[in-house]
Amino acid sequence: MSAVSLRVENLRVWYRTLRGDVQALDDVTFAVADGEIMGLAGESGCGKSTLGKSLIRLDGRMRYVDGTVELDGKELPIWDTGKMNGFRFREVSIIPQYAMSAMNPTRKIGKLVEDLLESRGVGFAGMRAELDRRLELVELSHDVLDRYPIELSGGMKQRMVMVLSTLLNPSLLIADEVTSALDVSTQKAVAETLVGFRDRGFVKSMIVITHDVSLVYQIADSIMVMYAGKLAEKAPTDVLVDAPRHPYTQLLISSLPEVGVKYADKRLTGIPGTPPSLLRPPVGCRFRDRCPLAFEKCLEEPPFVEIEPDHFVACWKAS
Amino acid sequence: MLKLDRISKVYKVGVFGGRDLTAVRDVSFEVGPGEVVSLIGESGSGKTTIGKMVLRLASVSSGAITLDGVDVSTVKGSGLKGYYRKVQGVFQDPFSTYNPIFKADRVLSMIKDEYFPGVGGTEWRHKIGASLEAVRLDPDQVLHKYPHQLSGGQLQRLLIARALLLDIELLVADEIISMLDASTRIDVLNLLGDLKARGLGILFITHDLSLGNYVSERTVILRRGAVVEMGTTDRVFGNPLHPYTRKLLASVPQLHKKWEPVEAEPEPEPEPEAPDGQALVQVEDDHFVAGGERG
Amino acid sequence: MTVSDQEDLVAVAPAAPVVTAAPVTSMRAGREALYFARRNRKLVAGLTVVLLFLVVAIVGPLLTDHGPNEYVGPPAQRPSSQYWFGTTMFGQDVFAQFTHGLRSTFLVGLLGGGLAAFIGMLIGFTAGYRGGVVDEVLNMITNVVLVIPTLAVLLVIATYLRVRGVIPEAVFIGLFSWPWVARAIRAQTFSLRSRDFVDLARLSGASGRKIILREIAPNMSSYLFMTFILLFGGAVLIAATLDFIGLGPTEGISLGLMMNNAVLWSALPLGMWWWFVPPGLGITVIVGSLYIMNVGLDEVFNPKLREM
Repeated sequence: MSAVSLRVENLRVWYRTLRGDVQALDDVTFAVADGEIMGLAGESGCGKSTLGKSLIRLDGRMRYVDGTVELDGKELPIWDTGKMNGFRFREVSIIPQYAMSAMNPTRKIGKLVEDLLESRGVGFAGMRAELDRRLELVELSHDVLDRYPIELSGGMKQRMVMVLSTLLNPSLLIADEVTSALDVSTQKAVAETLVGFRDRGFVKSMIVITHDVSLVYQIADSIMVMYAGKLAEKAPTDVLVDAPRHPYTQLLISSLPEVGVKYADKRLTGIPGTPPSLLRPPVGCRFRDRCPLAFEKCLEEPPFVEIEPDHFVACWKAS
Repeated sequence: MLKLDRISKVYKVGVFGGRDLTAVRDVSFEVGPGEVVSLIGESGSGKTTIGKMVLRLASVSSGAITLDGVDVSTVKGSGLKGYYRKVQGVFQDPFSTYNPIFKADRVLSMIKDEYFPGVGGTEWRHKIGASLEAVRLDPDQVLHKYPHQLSGGQLQRLLIARALLLDIELLVADEIISMLDASTRIDVLNLLGDLKARGLGILFITHDLSLGNYVSERTVILRRGAVVEMGTTDRVFGNPLHPYTRKLLASVPQLHKKWEPVEAEPEPEPEPEAPDGQALVQVEDDHFVAGGERG
Repeated sequence: MTVSDQEDLVAVAPAAPVVTAAPVTSMRAGREALYFARRNRKLVAGLTVVLLFLVVAIVGPLLTDHGPNEYVGPPAQRPSSQYWFGTTMFGQDVFAQFTHGLRSTFLVGLLGGGLAAFIGMLIGFTAGYRGGVVDEVLNMITNVVLVIPTLAVLLVIATYLRVRGVIPEAVFIGLFSWPWVARAIRAQTFSLRSRDFVDLARLSGASGRKIILREIAPNMSSYLFMTFILLFGGAVLIAATLDFIGLGPTEGISLGLMMNNAVLWSALPLGMWWWFVPPGLGITVIVGSLYIMNVGLDEVFNPKLREM
């Protein structure tokens, strides 16, 4: 077992709203090893984006409530936006959702890179050689720096943003829905580029946040599934997909149509009902209302325990 | 039933409208009753434009769209209203399809105002009840609620219920499940399967091949506005002959099967123009490929 | 009614500040708006002042039993317990003039502003929804009206109509102050027209007119409301200006006419402040309060501007 790169313990992050606190992330504990690509999967509102953003503290509406985050043995001050500045982009970096649409359309890309580096106290000239090398690796020509964002295709923009986010070789990269808005053929290229970054040592470990389990199956070493602000299951990729233990994971995996499966032959089923509101979350297991295996003990919240080496589940029936 | 005959859509762009932008070029296919036809393409393929043309929300630049033998490409006014009794659509984003300041079931009353003005209250309630049952929605859960109080899946199904009020022949489903969560997608998809059993024809527009394969009888693969391959779903997916179809199939992420290392094709520069279409050649029974078979 | 076919691929930037908040639901937005409305100081203050003046306009003339232009008292009197605002050079009651003038001011604002709002909305919605040739023609009309030298036109009208009342003045103002409204509404309509819920309404067989009235306008309701308030204030100001330079009504009284008379009869050098200060202050305060109300309303409707 390789050294642990990221360790998160009892993390609790809530959102302030007019109607009260939305408990978006509740008591989350997990670890990511050195060199591991962990997929973070779940449906809308499960808290995966919140988790990603809280590790780098990029959203002003978040309210850090409790918990510790340790990266390479050092504690990350995720409750303090100012203090996190020293870590952002260098140790922890993020490719935010909709990043490729967030590039200023009136500035050339080269200028954008220069501004970003200067703001981090890194000279553009010094990084030029490395930047060129990386552009080549992702198959972008050097003259992309002289172009405006509108001249690039979706896949090219996404790869540009990926190069930018990893320029200073961060220990941890958080990729938030980097393939959602792309065509299926570009998705593959972008996903494989992510793996390439890890293989070449540009990043040590990666958390890939997505709602597409089949995509993350292709590139991740392990997958963590979240539901309603809590962790449901974490396991090595093949184990999670072939032999999931949490009822939610099982239902989720079996509801995915694959090429080759037809309605006429095998009717797939979804999960009836909707996730609970996180304003006043239900007592006990949050999947209780929709779970076919629920029983009385589910009124008590199941802990996230290791049932096999590297396989964690939060379910009374599974453990 | 629905027939597209060499449909094209050309936009005028440029400073004084000088240049032509061809979004759809010479597309022809048919949708029969009780049949789901998948229109598969990536962004810029023109699939949404075709959907809009079938729904008469965009004009047809050239070619003809016929429904039951009647040319509907230029129908207007009361003819258009009659057309909408037979053809309806559901769009991608449920939260943008509903006017946010009104209740969700207003979409149903809009149909009543235009098409069933004389119908009494009790009879109308029955009709709504029947439609909601067909899409497996509980009236108590969805009526008198605002869109933000309902889930994406419920909203999309309510839109299908709305279409069913009119006894339609064809439903145009434009990416109707791409914004839904994985666990609700399959329910809506199964619903489409049930509806086709009732004789409804469905034009299923999507970028997701696995969805197309799950639910459709026939598939049309679009690239940059032109058809590259088309035929029975089993034949197109089982024996893909066009390099683009093969590339698509190889890129789809699947569970239990990792991507094969395929030689990466250099990504083409963004180029909205449809290339000169190659004629479709029949390679086997109900299987057509642009440019014919290419090893 | 079909939508024109020329797909406009160029984004149109709105000319006036646009409300960007999407009201979530009519009930919730209504309640939410009321919650913030009550707490917005600018809105409450502005509205209170305007309502105060409105009360004076309605009730004030009932307190005096003589007409505003009657010669009732000794000329050039300072304010006293008998004549609260003193008298003019000719012995007219300034307070009576003030209250009657307020009435005419509000009338002009309502009529002139209302007419401009109506024309602006009619042209803006039609141009934005239909597009194409209709849009081009309406744009041309808008530009022509914008460019017409209104003062010159008014001078010409003044020479032909020896006797003019408040109503013609209001109509004139209404006919010339709508272009910016039409432009802004056209831009908003353009962007709303391509939204999915408008497509759905089209698929439901609704006519263009119904779609504008029932789908598009309700989504702009806060903006339309604010537009009307701006037009009201603008009409009051324009009327005061016109009255001041003598192009206003030839009978009756208004605040601008009061100021005109005051200046004509040397109130300033003679130090008769009670003659020109009330009307001047009245106009300034009313229009100012309306504009402040508008800023407050913008904050209420646009969540991003609120101080949370």
